[in-house]
Amino acid sequence: MIEALGLTKLYGRKKAVDDLTFTIRPGIVTGFLGPNGAGKSTTMRMILGLDAPTSGSVRVNGKLYREHSAPLHEVGALLEARSIHTGRSAFNHLLALAQTGGISRARVDEVVDMVGLREVARKRVGGFSLGMGQRLGIASALLGDPHTLILDEPVNGLDPDGIRWIRNLLKSLAAEGRTVFVSSHLMSEMAQTAEHLIVIGRGRLIADTSMDEFIARSSHNLVRVRTTDPDNLAGVLAGPDVSVVAAPGNALEVSGLSTDQIGLAAGRAGITLLELSAQQTSLEEAFMELTKDDVEFHGATTTNESVSPLETAGADR
Amino acid sequence: MSTATATPTRPPASKPKRVNQARVLLSEWTKIRSLRSTSFSLLAAVVFIIGFSVLVPWVIVAHWPPRDPREALGFDPTTRALSGIFLAQLAIGVLGVLLITGEYATGMIRATFAAVPARLPVLWAKAAVFAAVTLVLMVPTVLGAFLIGQSILTSKHLQTSLSSSGVLRAVIGAALFLTVVGLLGIGLGALLRNTAGGISTLFGLLFVLPIIVRFLPSSWSDPINKYLPSNAGEAITHVHPDPSLLAPWTGLGLFFGYAVIVLIAAAVSLRRRDA
Repeated sequence: MIEALGLTKLYGRKKAVDDLTFTIRPGIVTGFLGPNGAGKSTTMRMILGLDAPTSGSVRVNGKLYREHSAPLHEVGALLEARSIHTGRSAFNHLLALAQTGGISRARVDEVVDMVGLREVARKRVGGFSLGMGQRLGIASALLGDPHTLILDEPVNGLDPDGIRWIRNLLKSLAAEGRTVFVSSHLMSEMAQTAEHLIVIGRGRLIADTSMDEFIARSSHNLVRVRTTDPDNLAGVLAGPDVSVVAAPGNALEVSGLSTDQIGLAAGRAGITLLELSAQQTSLEEAFMELTKDDVEFHGATTTNESVSPLETAGADR
Repeated sequence: MSTATATPTRPPASKPKRVNQARVLLSEWTKIRSLRSTSFSLLAAVVFIIGFSVLVPWVIVAHWPPRDPREALGFDPTTRALSGIFLAQLAIGVLGVLLITGEYATGMIRATFAAVPARLPVLWAKAAVFAAVTLVLMVPTVLGAFLIGQSILTSKHLQTSLSSSGVLRAVIGAALFLTVVGLLGIGLGALLRNTAGGISTLFGLLFVLPIIVRFLPSSWSDPINKYLPSNAGEAITHVHPDPSLLAPWTGLGLFFGYAVIVLIAAAVSLRRRDA
């Protein structure tokens, strides 16, 4: 359980995090979504007591992070940019962290096995690939068998196999009753794992909603119809809760009716259809629509295509 | 806590243990021994000290007696055998700085402070572990260097022994001096959080400050000189107390005091600043 109350962080006069209030519940995976520079990492650092809030507070399992006497048992964190000394071996890195909380060597070996790093555990972290570094970060998060997990962009640099592994791991950790809070700038990734979503942009809360609700709200169920006789078809389809908009090329964009209903109505009226297709708004588009005013860094070209961090999203869909 | 959608079914984990100073000490010991830079720097320090304990006495013996008889008069066989400590302080000072700034540079400090949110136990543990390691290694090194140096000086009957007045103090003092240099390095590293800044400040204090003071008129430089960190620390390595320097233990005490001040400043900044 993580409870943020009016959490605010100023860097100079710039508000990195602006009056965030939310509660992350145990037992489910909660996605923390926002464009690059939205304040996700800053928020996570404040949860861990690494950065002090300018105002407001955030509590983990009922206490400020620094008030926990065994913090690794309360919260396991994977922080951005691998917080690992590159000169040390994976095993020694984990051992040094474990020793602060009296955690046994056996547990270190256990988490090393859990993330599949046994073969390289005695090698220096400096030679690790991005994916291996991520796995080591996850191993350190699991070390204290914590109630709450905070993971900043855990799928970064993982191969498809690793991504699937992370998804299953997160779901099983949540199913065990833990609080799992995962940040990402990729909507598609969140759609696969998270049950609940916190969306922020420019440090402000944009949405705090269940994933189902988010999907339902963002799909407009738009149907595109192309026909030889658009005017007639528009008349046939007209009705309450139905909107018909003319589009170029003798096409109509219809919302409020399914493809079946449109096809049947056209058939009854004897109108020839050339195309009938459902236009599902992708979650990615819905997310971009939601955050378009809050993206920190636009590319130089037209805004719609330049919300750069999101473009890579298609890769693992 | 409100009811969760899933009930916790996992087996109870081993009972969590509190973070305390002893556990943090053990953790910092693991950290220090698992970095190659530790062994390299300490090995360099040993090589410098032993190397110069051969080189300097050997050159002295080869050119004895000196042309200027006054040089023979003030001859201190102990400091001559330990001249390597002036190079060794580079290696140890840099290592002290790196023990902290290396964590900032790699981001490790965030993992460290997430594990030890009180933060200060980390600083104390780093200082204690490093001081202990340096002292345990440097005491036999300077003793060895002293004995090697004296055995070379014997050929011209220039040697002294540990039982002579002030000699043991000067030899052990050299190891203590190096330990304090290391502590100063840790303090500066924690205060400045940046390797280049930490190292240059350390050497600015130890080497550049005395040069600048030397440019001042002697009415200014004479009273200031003995209180400079390097001169204060070095006083203990002279068998016959140098009248222009502080008394041996007073000087070392002051040098240690400087390191403590820097460590306290670092502690304050560590508590206040974002990691």
